[in-house]
Amino acid sequence: MTAAAARVPDVSPGALRALRTEAPAGFTDAVLARVGVVSGDRFVRVQSPAGDLFVAFGEAGINAVWPVALFEGDPARFVARHLEETGRVATAASRPPAGLRGALRSGRGGALRYDLTGLSPFERAVLAKTLEIPAGEVRPYGWVAREIGRPRAVRAVGSALGRNPVPVLIPCHRVVRSDGRVGNYGFGPPMKRALLHAEGVDLERLERLADAGVRFVGSERTGVFCVPSCVHARRIGPANEARFPSAGAALGAGYRPCRHCLPVSARDAS
Amino acid sequence: MLDALAADVDGGFDAFVRAHAGAVYSAALRLSGSRADADDLAQETFVRAYRSLRRFDPSRVRALEPRAWLLTITMNLWRNGLRDAARRPPRAGGAPGRALPDPAPGPEEAAESSEQARALVTLLGELPAHLRGPVVLRHVVGLSYAETAAALRCPQGTAKANVARALARLRLAAAEGRPRRAGPAPRPGRAVAPRARKESR
Repeated sequence: MTAAAARVPDVSPGALRALRTEAPAGFTDAVLARVGVVSGDRFVRVQSPAGDLFVAFGEAGINAVWPVALFEGDPARFVARHLEETGRVATAASRPPAGLRGALRSGRGGALRYDLTGLSPFERAVLAKTLEIPAGEVRPYGWVAREIGRPRAVRAVGSALGRNPVPVLIPCHRVVRSDGRVGNYGFGPPMKRALLHAEGVDLERLERLADAGVRFVGSERTGVFCVPSCVHARRIGPANEARFPSAGAALGAGYRPCRHCLPVSARDAS
Repeated sequence: MLDALAADVDGGFDAFVRAHAGAVYSAALRLSGSRADADDLAQETFVRAYRSLRRFDPSRVRALEPRAWLLTITMNLWRNGLRDAARRPPRAGGAPGRALPDPAPGPEEAAESSEQARALVTLLGELPAHLRGPVVLRHVVGLSYAETAAALRCPQGTAKANVARALARLRLAAAEGRPRRAGPAPRPGRAVAPRARKESR
């Protein structure tokens, strides 16, 4: 076969191979709908610091996380609940999605793919911001609200986190009450405390500070102030620790906000 | 995957469709020539496959050659569709004097990325059905000759010969720079009748 002159179409096997295409988007769903099979999810059971979890996932990513304890370890009860919540049947997968076990060990769920279909843009923004809170640290609901540009929507942030379909992985347990208390959790405050404890959060210290009306701590040595759980705040020696009831008090005392934990928004600070 | 399907057709069918949708749809698109017909043909293939899978014993499911099996269904549906279309009286305003509905789409419909590809699609559409099937399965879908023969339910030698004839026909048509309809076109319903013919080697 000669290489085609400009006008002669290429009819080589290679050119024919290039005519292969993918099925259009939605093709599989259309077929499954026609035969009456609901497009399925897979699920695995994995260990987490707060007990085993059922994690469900589909083509688009992880879409549900439930504590195994909630179903007394019975996968069938989990499958029934998942069907009720999502309309999809989950079948047991032999392997977890890539990166899941590592994310649960490290507390870093940022690299996993999540399927958050059905959530509002506001809820997605809340979850995306929550995903940025590092393991071992906590932030108030008001901090999340402020950082997504909705400073007055503090209660709505709480509701959005309550609807988090992938808890533990998107760490809604790291969002706490603005007065420093641990606050509520979808699967009960004890699980929230267990998750935070496993990440190395010193809840007793945070609660002592909360009881004393302390919202921020600063270092007299560096002149920087932080939220109390910030990785930098935890390194301040007792002799150098300054305590503030509000960000305004810290700013008034000449402290600058930490760039890691953003005790006040970057714009307010500048 | 076939193990999962054998154990639970409903549970495994999603992954089965996703794994083979590209091959089946590509074949359907290049056989039928239009995206709408391809969608129907490919979907119908999987619907038929699902009904069969529900009936099959698990051991039979495990023993399947899934691509060749699915494309057998596609080929049968396509040939039956051509036969039925040929039996229907031509619609008013249809091209007069043509036994077959034109399976070749307008180039816009196929929306091919390049002029070369558009030209090739047009030439493929001009091939008679008994040659288009083999060349689409072998070279567009990428089946082996064994799979192609299995999908066509014909001896491997017949599949090879028909693929070679199709390529030769395409080259000739390309060189002439015009659609070619020469040669006696077999009736489409019997386009591939390998068992009735002597195998040519």
